[in-house]
Amino acid sequence: MVDMKYVAPSTIDEAVGAILAANGTGRILAGGTDLLVQMRLGTAKPGVIVDVKNIPEMMRIEETAGGFRIGAAVSGAIIGEHPALGKAWPGVVEAINLIGSKQIQGRASAGGNLCNASPAADSVPALVAAAATVTIQGPKGRREIPVETLHAGPGRTTLQPGEIVVGFTLPARPLGSGDAYLRLIPRTEMDIAVVGCGVSLIVANGTCTAARVGLGAVAPTVLLVEAAGKALIGSRLDDKALEAAAAACRAACKPIDDKRGTVQYRTKIAGVLLKRAAAIAAERAGAR
Amino acid sequence: MAKLHVSTTINGEPAEFLCDVSQTILDVLRDQLGLTGTKEGCGSGDCGACSITLDDRLICGCLMLAAEAEGRRIETIEGMAKGDRLHALQKKFIEFAALQCGICTPGFLVASRALLAHNPDPSETEIRYWLAGNLCRCTGYDKIVRAVMEVARDMRETTR
Ligand SMILES: Cc1cc2nc3c(=O)[nH]c(=O)nc-3n(C[C@H](O)[C@H](O)[C@H](O)COP(=O)(O)OP(=O)(O)OC[C@H]3O[C@@H](n4cnc5c(N)ncnc54)[C@H](O)[C@@H]3O)c2cc1C
Ligand code: FES
Ligand code: FES
Repeated sequence: MVDMKYVAPSTIDEAVGAILAANGTGRILAGGTDLLVQMRLGTAKPGVIVDVKNIPEMMRIEETAGGFRIGAAVSGAIIGEHPALGKAWPGVVEAINLIGSKQIQGRASAGGNLCNASPAADSVPALVAAAATVTIQGPKGRREIPVETLHAGPGRTTLQPGEIVVGFTLPARPLGSGDAYLRLIPRTEMDIAVVGCGVSLIVANGTCTAARVGLGAVAPTVLLVEAAGKALIGSRLDDKALEAAAAACRAACKPIDDKRGTVQYRTKIAGVLLKRAAAIAAERAGAR
Repeated sequence: MAKLHVSTTINGEPAEFLCDVSQTILDVLRDQLGLTGTKEGCGSGDCGACSITLDDRLICGCLMLAAEAEGRRIETIEGMAKGDRLHALQKKFIEFAALQCGICTPGFLVASRALLAHNPDPSETEIRYWLAGNLCRCTGYDKIVRAVMEVARDMRETTR
């Protein structure tokens, strides 16, 4: 076995330096709930493990001008306990809190969920719907990208060598906004999404003025379904608009057939979940 | 291979050990520190037999590197009884026969204690969801859930 190294720097610059110095064999360690499983399976063989949990900026939640910045390595358990975040973005928080069991929640982070790049990653459709941006730091400095552009394919990201996801920014929420995330799994807990759907809406006087839809597990990457959002905007979220948005979701699906669901089943469910998640988001929008 | 030196706190006592980077805290607890109460079922986060707390958070010992314990606080099943005095959960598990082979039991106890620390008044549904990451092949779960409900009630009555 090769000599594996472990470092736990306290600044992002040091972490970037350590990843670069590892010449492609470095891996970031956040909660380890994907990485350690992959190391055990032998599918990940890092030369250097860079633990980012001693980096304060990656471990805190900040309220910015109306919005939030969530450090990439903050655990689901801590995110779930943040009162203001849960009020502003209940759909994002419920998606992150669906990841695994309580034991997994104690460690699993949104940054790890995103960077592991599973098409079925639960937090990602909700973050896409929320129009979250991702702050990335690398050897050339910082950049900020929309969350939906980070996935390149199953297990692959658009991160460049040495780049680390520092955190997420969620925009401010005007009155009348709501979001929701639903997934279909064969069990009630501890399973991988057959389909996941995140919806974020703004409703003014009963009319939808903004809408974004994220779909998971129906394509090689999590999708932003712009046509579904468009179908909702300008409507009163009536059955006709919901059916048009559901049809847009079905049309966006390019799923695989596997033991969890056939292509036909996944496609149909994408439309069903859109309608249900939109209804919950609309109800939450009314409550604010 | 150079070993890492780790200083940590386990069940309230300072502890030090040497480990390889690839070792999990579960490996070190069981194989080096003789704390074999924490079990390994799956090694992949699915069964909860390895449940411990890290800085009071419930986690899977099999999914944490031993190196990550540096400067942190770990609690295992061995810290639950005070000498010969069993924790209320341990007593109730025995009383209710909430165990048979027992391999899942330390994990259920550690997870249940974390639940009651977090929520002293859980509903049956909340208990079942909280314990969804702990698998038991023998009991059918019901006796475990009843035992936790009963302990929660007793604890609320004595603190009232
Ligand atoms: C029992 C079990 C149940 C699970 N259930 C679910 C579920 O229901 N839904 C779901 O979506 N997932 C699930 N997962 C998968 C996993 O828990 C999640 O993907 C989790 O969010 C990963 O976060 P982490 O912090 O543990 O990531 P880690 O394992 O630390 O990292 C994951 C990957 O991302 C990279 N990485 C991490 N952080 C960064 C960063 N800041 N910048 C760049 N790269 C980074 C790592 O190098 C690694 O390749 C489950 C896993 C287990 C073991
Ligand atoms: S041994 Fe850790 S969850 Fe099964
Ligand atoms: S008592 Fe045997 S697995 Fe639970």
